[in-house]
Amino acid sequence: MSQESSRIKKAGRHISQNEGLIFEKSAPGKRGFELPPLDVPPVDATKALGAAYVRDAIEGFPEVSEIEVIRHFTRLSTWNYAIDLGMYPLGSCTMKYNPRVNEFVARLDGLASEHPSQPANVAQGCLRILSDLQKCLLEITGMDAITLQPSAGAQGELTGLLLIRALLESQGNPRKKVLIPDSAHGTNPASVVIAGYEVQNIKSNAHGQIDTDHLREFVDNDTAALMVTNPSTIGVFEERIAEIAEILHSRGAFLYMDGANMNALAGITRPGDFGVDVMHLNLHKTFSTPHGGGGPGAGPVMVKTIFEPYLPVPVLIEKDGRFALDQNRPRSIGRVRAYCGNFGVLLRALAYTLAYGPGIRQATEDAVLNANYIRKGLEGHFDLPYKLPSMHEAVFSDARQKKHGVNTMDIAKRLIDYGFHPYTTAFPLIVPGALMIEPTESESKEECDLFIDAMRAIAEEAEKNPQLVKTAPHSTRVGRLDEVAAARKPVLRWKPSTSGEAAD
Amino acid sequence: MRYLPKSDSERKEMLRAIGANSIEDLFSTIPERFRLKHPLHLPGPLSEAEIIQYFQARAEENARGYTSFLGAGVYQHLRSVVPDAIIQRGEFLTSYTPYQAEISQGTLAAIFEFQTLMCQLTGQEVANASMYDGSTALTEAVLMAERLTDRRHVFIARTVHPEYRQVLQTYAKHLGLELSEVGFTASGQLDVAALDPRALAGAAALVVQSPNFLGVLENLPALAEIAHGSGALLVTGIAEAVSLGTVRPPAEADIVAMEGQSLGVAPSYGGPYVGVIATREKNVRQMPGRLAGQTTDAQGRRGFVLTLATREQHIRREKATSNICTNEALFALAATIHLCLLGKQGLREVAEQNLAKARFAQAELEKIPGVKRAFSGPTFNEFTLEFPRSVKLINAELLREKIIGPLPLGQSYPDQTKRGLVCVTETMPRTEIERLAAAIRRILEKPV
Repeated sequence: MSQESSRIKKAGRHISQNEGLIFEKSAPGKRGFELPPLDVPPVDATKALGAAYVRDAIEGFPEVSEIEVIRHFTRLSTWNYAIDLGMYPLGSCTMKYNPRVNEFVARLDGLASEHPSQPANVAQGCLRILSDLQKCLLEITGMDAITLQPSAGAQGELTGLLLIRALLESQGNPRKKVLIPDSAHGTNPASVVIAGYEVQNIKSNAHGQIDTDHLREFVDNDTAALMVTNPSTIGVFEERIAEIAEILHSRGAFLYMDGANMNALAGITRPGDFGVDVMHLNLHKTFSTPHGGGGPGAGPVMVKTIFEPYLPVPVLIEKDGRFALDQNRPRSIGRVRAYCGNFGVLLRALAYTLAYGPGIRQATEDAVLNANYIRKGLEGHFDLPYKLPSMHEAVFSDARQKKHGVNTMDIAKRLIDYGFHPYTTAFPLIVPGALMIEPTESESKEECDLFIDAMRAIAEEAEKNPQLVKTAPHSTRVGRLDEVAAARKPVLRWKPSTSGEAAD
Repeated sequence: MRYLPKSDSERKEMLRAIGANSIEDLFSTIPERFRLKHPLHLPGPLSEAEIIQYFQARAEENARGYTSFLGAGVYQHLRSVVPDAIIQRGEFLTSYTPYQAEISQGTLAAIFEFQTLMCQLTGQEVANASMYDGSTALTEAVLMAERLTDRRHVFIARTVHPEYRQVLQTYAKHLGLELSEVGFTASGQLDVAALDPRALAGAAALVVQSPNFLGVLENLPALAEIAHGSGALLVTGIAEAVSLGTVRPPAEADIVAMEGQSLGVAPSYGGPYVGVIATREKNVRQMPGRLAGQTTDAQGRRGFVLTLATREQHIRREKATSNICTNEALFALAATIHLCLLGKQGLREVAEQNLAKARFAQAELEKIPGVKRAFSGPTFNEFTLEFPRSVKLINAELLREKIIGPLPLGQSYPDQTKRGLVCVTETMPRTEIERLAAAIRRILEKPV
């Protein structure tokens, strides 16, 4: 079967090196690191700790040289796709350029080297970085107070919900439930449960928006909050957001905004101005900190003034130009993680914000421009279930290709052969067979054109040669992997006894 | 703007293709009254050189040139330049969570190796792809114990890192978990006599840390026997992972929650680090976080995928084992590379150097009149000393000599104001240890 297509323009074939697991390269006596000589008398561990506290050598622990480590991980790296290679159109994930200067400054001696327990008078530089970032994020979101402690978006959600809970408790009743639209990220309901609330799912209307009449019926005196993602996961702004806030506030409930899609709003509008009470940001999305194959992230939470007494400890305070960490906050919800959060991620986000300044608006405009350009280019080739204007992402469905037995996952896998990472599949849940496409502002017109061209070519293949699409990818080191077998009989680690298998 | 790859004429051309008159048209769904009329009040825009200048100026305002004896959950260790060079390759740095396995085999294979190394280190059977940090890993381990036992009462040692305990309290509060703290003896180890056997009989878990926050190793086999005798699980936290180069791993524990910062990650003022949860194979379906597993493609070629996702929030939503989504993959990779470089011998040597340096420092400091060891239990690279004066006052004077002294235990244990936790790793030169001892001697000789 022909795997090549004259229409594949972005990618060509390339040799990739075979490589086994590091454990399979190990041989007794090899090493990749040497310590300076000990300048104090050596100590015998058995004598110092007692035999019961000392371990034996670790069976199967790797023994390899430095060059083998370099080659091993360099070879593995070439098996990955990356933003640095091209467009990464994962909807909702906001895979934008990760500026290299941010990596440089995060590693400076005097920043990377600092211990989180060192006294505040020798940590003024770190604290000022945190303070400057706080001010920037508050200005961008239009909110009043902030905590930078949460480690990622999901922990930000939990923190935000605990703040709402604490305020409601202080009013005498924490209430019982949190409303979540059916288009929401999976972390929303999972966070609600940890905060001790029940989830009540609410249906979107025919336009994929929150139905305000429907909402009015659901909001009662047991409702603590509504968690809304705005723009929603179909990339559309909730036009009636102010009315939604009003419905909640009239019953003493609060509006929580999942800021995962802030990339569409920064510099254009501010959640604090349209009625949001509590929100989080994902700094590894809008603020460009690298995803790194799954983290680290950071999930700051911004609130209106009434929530300020409940923020997690410690709270950064400033007095006469000096900074300190205030631990004495009797109404605080407590800590959500050790120390002050993912400082190294926070400082990268500040570096990003400083690079743009007020010009962050241009990034937002370009992100929305790219999404609409791609939407226009693919209309007529793919089904568009919701017709409202798109912001930073466009969501299509595989309804047309389904007729030929080709689904969104098949199209996504074929996109790999065309030199692109797949878009997001199977999400949001309100679009069956979704193709969720978010180009971000980092893509040139040329890259967008290549993407549109690739998608159109695949749409044509789905009609004329569906088998080619259904068996994709054809150009990768491995084909589609057996996920059912992986889950049925999980092999989750390498073991010396079962290492008979040859390196591939 | 240098990060944006478009000329103004390209922008206009794209708008024309869309059929929009201006960029404003694309934002028409945002009600007019909420659209910003003025530019945001933000500093910048800054050039690359100005950004570097700003952060260099901040670095000068910290503790550069100071010698620090702080540990207490975050440790300064030697790191090869190799891991940092590799994790800055764009293919690792700028890739997403490996949901699309065919073009993420590099990340997936590395996670599989990380999981294996964590099992080898901790003496457990399965480990996940990482958690946020040690504090949240410990909290998630306790929630996992609750699910496994269907019990709500948890006993936790007061010698578990105070901030880890605070995080657990925040999570436990709204989940109906009851936490009881257990004190310590003159050895610095858990006070077994203070454990109420009747209460323990209904408990989900006994939670300890080893080395604990006082620097003392716990007798884990004995604690496991006590916990298991009551049907409770033993959850063991580890804040100093380098100890596992020489200290017996917590093989008897049912769940291990570890902070992996020591394994090649910079202190970076508190994060990002890398949390780990490791456990028995039979518990895997109650484990939080991502897992990579080995499988094959249609042609029988070995490959790796994210697996057992039905535990996770993106599939199970409100019924998930945890809300965790993003973890700390890049630093799990750094730890993997660091451990591969150290290897079997290197890991042991680093641990033994820590032991030797700490013992030397302890002996030097104990020579000072009035300074003595606070606890008799076995220690690794940290130990608690008792001073004749408040540790805070001693530290204020040490700071003038550019020494960041022992962590004052009084911050977390109000009855221990004259006790301080000293950490000495392989990075500390003998001359600096001697300088610390001489400085403390001088300070204590001065009349109050």
